[in-house]
Amino acid sequence: MRLEMSNGTHNIAEVHSFGIEPITCHSFNKNRSEVAFSLNSNDVIICKNNNGHWSTTATLAAHDLRVTGIDWAPISNRIVTCGADRNAYVWEHKNGVWTKSLVLLRINRAATCVQWSPKENKFAVGCGAKLVAICYFDEENDWWLSKHIKKPIRSSVTSVDWHPNNFLLAAGSTDFSSRVFSAFVKEVDDKPTPSSWGDKFTFGNLLAEFSRPGGWLHSVRFSPSGEKLAWVSHDSSISVVDSKRDVSQAVTLKTPFLPFMSCVWLKETHILTAGHDCCPMLYSFDQTGKLIFVSRIEQVQERKTGGFNALKKFKDLDTRAATESVDIFLETTHQNTITQLSLTSANKNDTTVCSTGMDGQMVLWTVQSR
Amino acid sequence: MSATLRPYLNAVRATLTAALCVQNFDSQVVERHNKPEVEVRSSKELLLNPVVISRNEKERVLIEGSVNSVRVSIAIKQADEIEKLLCHKFMRFMMMRAEHFTVMRRKPVEGYDISFLITNFNTEQMYKHKLVDFVISFMEEIDKEISDMKLTLNARARICAEEFLKKF
Repeated sequence: MRLEMSNGTHNIAEVHSFGIEPITCHSFNKNRSEVAFSLNSNDVIICKNNNGHWSTTATLAAHDLRVTGIDWAPISNRIVTCGADRNAYVWEHKNGVWTKSLVLLRINRAATCVQWSPKENKFAVGCGAKLVAICYFDEENDWWLSKHIKKPIRSSVTSVDWHPNNFLLAAGSTDFSSRVFSAFVKEVDDKPTPSSWGDKFTFGNLLAEFSRPGGWLHSVRFSPSGEKLAWVSHDSSISVVDSKRDVSQAVTLKTPFLPFMSCVWLKETHILTAGHDCCPMLYSFDQTGKLIFVSRIEQVQERKTGGFNALKKFKDLDTRAATESVDIFLETTHQNTITQLSLTSANKNDTTVCSTGMDGQMVLWTVQSR
Repeated sequence: MSATLRPYLNAVRATLTAALCVQNFDSQVVERHNKPEVEVRSSKELLLNPVVISRNEKERVLIEGSVNSVRVSIAIKQADEIEKLLCHKFMRFMMMRAEHFTVMRRKPVEGYDISFLITNFNTEQMYKHKLVDFVISFMEEIDKEISDMKLTLNARARICAEEFLKKF
């Protein structure tokens, strides 16, 4: 299914539906021609874009429980997946087929999230065992090994994000905290350069910790330069730390919306969030260090009611056995929680963002942020 | 609808909408398990503060939230012995068929008459706002239902008594 609609002044949504099962996670390849996603199942589906229609090209079946995280490395064209079965696999595209290699994660609870480092020589896996596993390739034995960052995480890790310098890692967890760690692995990394977050780079060193009675963290993201860190938590708040300004002080904005599940930086000053309200929201973080709500990305229009619609009446009668006309749909494009946002392209004036949610829809938004 | 019922139901609706922001969450205590945290209570940081909304002493709702599930318990108005009996029988009838209601619990939480357990799997399959509507309309209907039953019961009792007393 594909339809285009224009809503409001500047945001065009392109909607693709993959059924009614929730899309747990998704990731695009480098030129956004292919997408890997999981429909709340043990399999990862790879779809290719044919003139606006997504057709399945491959199914990666290896996990024996729900897949929880997918990341597609843009340069090396490898996919890493992690699942509730405590495993992670690295998939390489060789001679037209995807071949997997198991990662020795050494964790005993479900993995929750995964992300490649910017240089793609290692990746981080967050998990329910209250640790983050940093995995790297061991040439000698020809397998993926992992090192653990344990302290001081006290609950499940829900989100990880790499700093663009390839050494620092942010982790958000359900103990209401976000933390910045050094994930410098001496086996694969060159000598680290100092950053605005600190300069002690021994593996697992805690560089910053932000804890506040509030809610579980759902998503942490470094800004494109890596100087700022944003996160969203379950008390409907959004927080930003500017390491150039003050590395210990977070700016928090409590919002009147339902909790956000995901956030992305559009550029150094703008953050897009989305979650249980089913609509992406734009926030700005300006020079003075203030977080301001800019706009909803989707302007909800009142549905036209009144008048007799025969087709609708028959549809209701047919699908829901309803004799009266019932309006069960939400006014937003997404009909259930948006669980993941990802940048698909960015140029000077506008950015394309992809959102997937529990309603099985993938929506592409064009967001104009001056 | 009486003056106090509307704000009471509005408060329940708002609280439920906020509490139903749940996600899939694998157990961090037991390997390869995925259980409603509000029931297993394995880690206290995953539970939200329970909220009680009460209209009066007898009628109240307990909403317990957690990261992947919500438990809603309802205490239904029981003014006299007959209502108490009717309520007990009626709730028992429904809870014996709990699986047909999908979100109903087989046993109520102590101190309440009926409990619902809504997990992330339910919110994935069903519209969240419709789940909230279901609980609200259940609360609206149940009072009506019980007073109707009480009226019928009284009417029947009267007819029985009349028939019986005709003999004398």
